[in-house]
Amino acid sequence: MTVETIQNPGAAIAAGQKLAIADCDIHPSPKSVEKEVFPYLEKRWQDHYNTYGLLLRQPYQNGPAYPKGQPDAARRDAYPPNGGRPGSDLAFMQTHHLDRYNIQLGILNPLRSGQGLQNPDFAAAYCKAVNDWQIAEWTSKEPRLKGSICIPYEDAALSVQEIERRVGDPNFVQAFMLIRTSEPMGNRRYWPIYEACAKNNIPLAVHAFGFGGSPVTGGGWPSFYIEDMVGHAQSAQNLISSIVLEGVFERWPSLKLIIVEAGFAWAPSLGWRLDRVWRQNRHELPHVKRPPSEYMRQNVWYTTQPFEEPDRRSHLKDTFEWIGWDRLLFATDYPHWDFDDPQRIPLPRADAETRNAFFLQNARDLYGV
Amino acid sequence: MAKHVVGAAKDVPPGERLRVDVAGTPVVIYNLGGEYFGLLDRCPHMGGLLSEGIQIGLVEAPKPGCYSYDRAGEIVRCPWHGWEFDIRTGKSRFDPKRWKTRPVEVETAEVKDAQTIDVAQDGLNIVVTL
Repeated sequence: MTVETIQNPGAAIAAGQKLAIADCDIHPSPKSVEKEVFPYLEKRWQDHYNTYGLLLRQPYQNGPAYPKGQPDAARRDAYPPNGGRPGSDLAFMQTHHLDRYNIQLGILNPLRSGQGLQNPDFAAAYCKAVNDWQIAEWTSKEPRLKGSICIPYEDAALSVQEIERRVGDPNFVQAFMLIRTSEPMGNRRYWPIYEACAKNNIPLAVHAFGFGGSPVTGGGWPSFYIEDMVGHAQSAQNLISSIVLEGVFERWPSLKLIIVEAGFAWAPSLGWRLDRVWRQNRHELPHVKRPPSEYMRQNVWYTTQPFEEPDRRSHLKDTFEWIGWDRLLFATDYPHWDFDDPQRIPLPRADAETRNAFFLQNARDLYGV
Repeated sequence: MAKHVVGAAKDVPPGERLRVDVAGTPVVIYNLGGEYFGLLDRCPHMGGLLSEGIQIGLVEAPKPGCYSYDRAGEIVRCPWHGWEFDIRTGKSRFDPKRWKTRPVEVETAEVKDAQTIDVAQDGLNIVVTL
């Protein structure tokens, strides 16, 4: 039998209140790589894709290292009625997500975009094709959506080429990396990327997951997906520590770093711990002129999905204030299974202006759109 | 509280579910081995539609290394974050006292003067009290 579905009750509330939303983490997928990405990929790389697929630097060659919380990591109600993967149908995304939640700005963060592929030239070609695909299938058709410049970040020179190709293109609002890089992110091999982003005033978003080849936790390969999920907080702390202590923000003070989908409540304690150890090791780190937490407050933003869910909402108030309400960006992760509903997250109490900044204006200010 | 005829019992055989709107309230009705149970069709966490979630069994570990699986199909898993609810009670698996979705009273009855389309005129209908 068929099961009748009606609109999510939460949706009516959202539309009724007209709360305008910026969603800083939306995941689009091609309906078909052959039909939608191949037109922007040289024949040589089409053949490579058909022969070898997207070979990542990880011990699991086919698919993700851990089973997801739901099939294809997707909400079970996010499959387009006309078929295809969740997130592959613009018309469905418009009604199912953008209209329903009054999303006025949506940032596209494509995964399986060529990032982390072992073959560096293929990684660069595939990233470029995915960027062209974002324009052709998404941003040129829906002005609420903005793209991410996917870069083959393990090769900084090729990444800079791709960033510079897109400078000034209003279809894109940020450069895009994944959190688990081959070397800690402050490593000098990645510096040209940071220089290019700072020079061109392009924020750099770093999203959870990635395929650097290292285990997903500091203690090795764990058994369960839940450990992969909470491991993103470790990875994000590693990258912030590395990038601050290597002096990246001292060299490029205008660099804007956005941590996407890795949590945020750990940021205060990371700042305290870094500051303490920094005070004790000034002789080794003369190039880090200020306490690490100051760079965090100056250069780092965080998207909030998956939101923290403490037993008492008030516990989040201090966290928000330490990080800064102006540094937190609302995100849903649509169409993925761990989606956050803007009406249902346990947001600390705040006045209307602060709420509006959290849900919309912080993103508009950061991205300049 | 009023009784609402929402469909014909024969249309919801064991293992199936029915999603209905009862006077503006979203309700999902499950048939577990011939018994009907209703839940408010809204996850108390973030509002996911339970009617779109899969039905699984109850996997328990009385102690580490010892597993049991029973009550196949009697636990619904939210299509978003995977929260599990006992269809018979509406109580969540992980914190049944604090987190639950509202159970809705369902019965089957012969309803001779039903005006609703698609209900059985000669057989049992599903009746929701809400």
